Amino acid sequence: MTSVTYHDVRFLEPAKTRNYLNVDYGAFSWLFTKDHKRIGILYMFSISIMFILGGFFAMMMRLELLTPEGDLLTSDTYNKFFTLHGIIMIFFFLIPSIPAVLGNFILPIQLGAKDLAFPKLNLLSWYLYMIGAFVGLLVIILGGVDTGWTFYTPFSTQYSNMHVFGTTFGAFIVGFSSILTGLNFIVTIHRMRAPGLTWFRLPLFVWAMYATSLVQLLATPVLAITLVMLMIERVVHVGIFDPALGGDPLLYQHMFWFYSHPAVYIMILPAMGVASEVVAAFTRKKIFGYKFVAFSSLAIAFLGFLVWAHHMFVAGISVYSAMIFSFLSYFVAVPSAIKVFNWTATLYKGSVSWQTPMLYILGFIGLFTMGGVTGLFLAALGLDVHVTDTYFVVAHFHYIMVGGAVMAYFAGIHYWWPKITGRMYPEWWARLSALLVFAGFNLTFFPQFVLGYVGMPRRYHAYAPEFQVLNVMSTAGASILALGYALPLAYLLWSLRFGRKAGVNPWGAVGLEWTTNSPPPKDNFHETPVVTWDAYDYPAMLKAMGETQNV
Amino acid sequence: MTAVVHGDDEHAHHPFLQHQFEDLGQQHEASILGMWMFLSTEILFFGGVLCAYWIYRVMYPQAWVLGGEQQNTLAGGINTIVLIISSLTMALAVRNAQLGSRRATVAMLIATLFFGSVFLGVKGFEYTMHWREGLFPGVHFTWHEVPELAPKVQLFMVFYWGLTGLHALHMVIGVGLLLWMIWRAWRGHFGPEYYGPVEVMGLYWHFVDIVWIFLFPFLYLIPHFGVHHG
Amino acid sequence: MADEHRNEHAAPHHITPLTTYIFVFVARAAGTLLTWFASTVDLGWMNTPIALVIATTKAALVILTWVVVIGSFVWLGVLFVLTFADYLTRFWAIY
Repeated sequence: MTSVTYHDVRFLEPAKTRNYLNVDYGAFSWLFTKDHKRIGILYMFSISIMFILGGFFAMMMRLELLTPEGDLLTSDTYNKFFTLHGIIMIFFFLIPSIPAVLGNFILPIQLGAKDLAFPKLNLLSWYLYMIGAFVGLLVIILGGVDTGWTFYTPFSTQYSNMHVFGTTFGAFIVGFSSILTGLNFIVTIHRMRAPGLTWFRLPLFVWAMYATSLVQLLATPVLAITLVMLMIERVVHVGIFDPALGGDPLLYQHMFWFYSHPAVYIMILPAMGVASEVVAAFTRKKIFGYKFVAFSSLAIAFLGFLVWAHHMFVAGISVYSAMIFSFLSYFVAVPSAIKVFNWTATLYKGSVSWQTPMLYILGFIGLFTMGGVTGLFLAALGLDVHVTDTYFVVAHFHYIMVGGAVMAYFAGIHYWWPKITGRMYPEWWARLSALLVFAGFNLTFFPQFVLGYVGMPRRYHAYAPEFQVLNVMSTAGASILALGYALPLAYLLWSLRFGRKAGVNPWGAVGLEWTTNSPPPKDNFHETPVVTWDAYDYPAMLKAMGETQNV
Repeated sequence: MTAVVHGDDEHAHHPFLQHQFEDLGQQHEASILGMWMFLSTEILFFGGVLCAYWIYRVMYPQAWVLGGEQQNTLAGGINTIVLIISSLTMALAVRNAQLGSRRATVAMLIATLFFGSVFLGVKGFEYTMHWREGLFPGVHFTWHEVPELAPKVQLFMVFYWGLTGLHALHMVIGVGLLLWMIWRAWRGHFGPEYYGPVEVMGLYWHFVDIVWIFLFPFLYLIPHFGVHHG
Repeated sequence: MADEHRNEHAAPHHITPLTTYIFVFVARAAGTLLTWFASTVDLGWMNTPIALVIATTKAALVILTWVVVIGSFVWLGVLFVLTFADYLTRFWAIY
């Protein structure tokens, strides 16, 4: 066994061998692949379609809201559009985004493993995703669904005459795909680490994925069983959640948010993992407070389970439990803040290079912080009563989900694109898109904070005329944002053919994935690597490469 | 599970060693941990319904007593014993696989299959009786001995059918897995070196058994549990 | 969970003695009969806790014998405790 260390990295040349892309060809070699890298690509392809579809519904809503009158879409159509936007973006795009695409591709390589522990299960989870998404999308063709992505009862079970069953069934199936991915990752992290790769040498992306997987594993089944009860109630007409028949609609909300609040952490924890990787790579420093960042992921995963009823403060829950939930909600801010402070401290006196992934991640840090701090507003009982169901809430969670999770997803795609495809993306265009996304995002969602604070309710297709100026700003921002998201689609495809060859380690980054070829061979490494260095040991690497370090 | 033999046959690999693992020990530990993780998911899956069950039990104690009185305690008790015996035979199957005695492994797996089938048979009998008595929720629900509590008793029966149905589904899947294990054990796949699949199967079976250990008192023995109606 | 064995794992050869299995079986069967019996005696409010304790003991017997205790019960506990925190205090007076 030879050990590949960072001393050799610079001298590794892409060997003229077969890689995972050209090892075999044809549709069947992809549809029945057990290679985690190919499955990651399959996911990337599927969720990109979902992102475009969800984005379409978002754009239509923003266009409708350009004027105070409901003139582009009827109220029914608008209801369907915000429902489909939510369901597609959350269940079919954000939940699988970073874990299933980047996690699938990068995690086993970062561990020095040949594959995930259960490759067939991994393929099965992609098929479950596809079946669930297909069932969910069939609903669009059949006429849509108008319950909102939360499927609140009793509207969803007794009154809505649309395709609630199909949509919930689709979400139910996709849930199992998510569970299996989480299971696979946990076992892989426990059992498949390369020799020498101890827990505290793991990249922070792995720690983040571990915490994410715990949430997927322990929260998703509760959503699944809740949706089953919803479907039973809708089909058999018994009163599990229907007050007219003795049920309690608040129980549905409790159980739904027991999953759906931690689901936010399924989206944001992997994003934090990407941020740690990128910040270290583009400041050429060790992450400040490695152990704090690692354990704060686990703390977020656990604390995230204790706060769900802050979505229900005005729904009629006990005031006493509301106080407890409000109090507990503040605690989640602590580990999140630890991460932000540690990234910031890493930037301090680092030699920061302004490559695209770093631009996205700097955007991520800022926007996530804003989303988090406004989250604290909402966790405060009194203020929450004032802004519940207004655009303030909409703006808050978009800062977390789009400003946080999607920005980090794009950062990760750009950061690992050379590894995935073996080609560099065009840097100038990519920087432009990062700036457009940042500007467009803020123009879209910052006005919504103001709108919500002055009282514009969410989920209506018409509004009072005095809200128009801010709405026009928001729609204008959405157009810029759409352009920012469309650009990568074009230039990344372009780079597949015309991009510069990447080489083994285009960023000069530390980590096992940067010691193997780009694209990696089918089994990831020609020989099992032996790890002798700590995560993010950039100082040692720079020294080994004979460069002088700015201190 | 088909074995994927590593590309070049330089060293003799065990036929059931999958290519992503270094050796059988790693493969064994991974599959055991995988099953434990799956069971953690299952605990939350059943736990979700049980949470709803307990909320309504606290809300409607009298209806829960009435619902419990509709259950055949003898059938449930026999099924409990049957499942406990099947857990024992399952554990013995794993032990025999470890010891490498093929015939005893197959015999114990068949015994487990037998007791599992008995359980499902008794359950089927109970279901038939409930259906005839009009205790299936929805339009078929015709039970009205205490009219004002009938909707709540129906709610109890929703949980009864839901929980036992979910449990029975797990039993059916378990029976399918047992058939597969019996076939593999018969073919002599298992021995002291390689018995992971039987052990994983065993973990699953014990879990399904444990779920029933909770369902039995929750669904059958409530009338006597300190809540009184009337 | 012990999991640092990547390099020193031979296939685990720990074989549980037969008597352990028999003991667990007898204890669990006895537990079932005890639950049954307890349910026929009126102990007032004590019946439910007793049944829960017996069921949990029986489950623990199995879990402790076969491998590890799982943390997911912690999460299940969170679901139960915080949901009940709402229901049990919903009708308390507000001062």
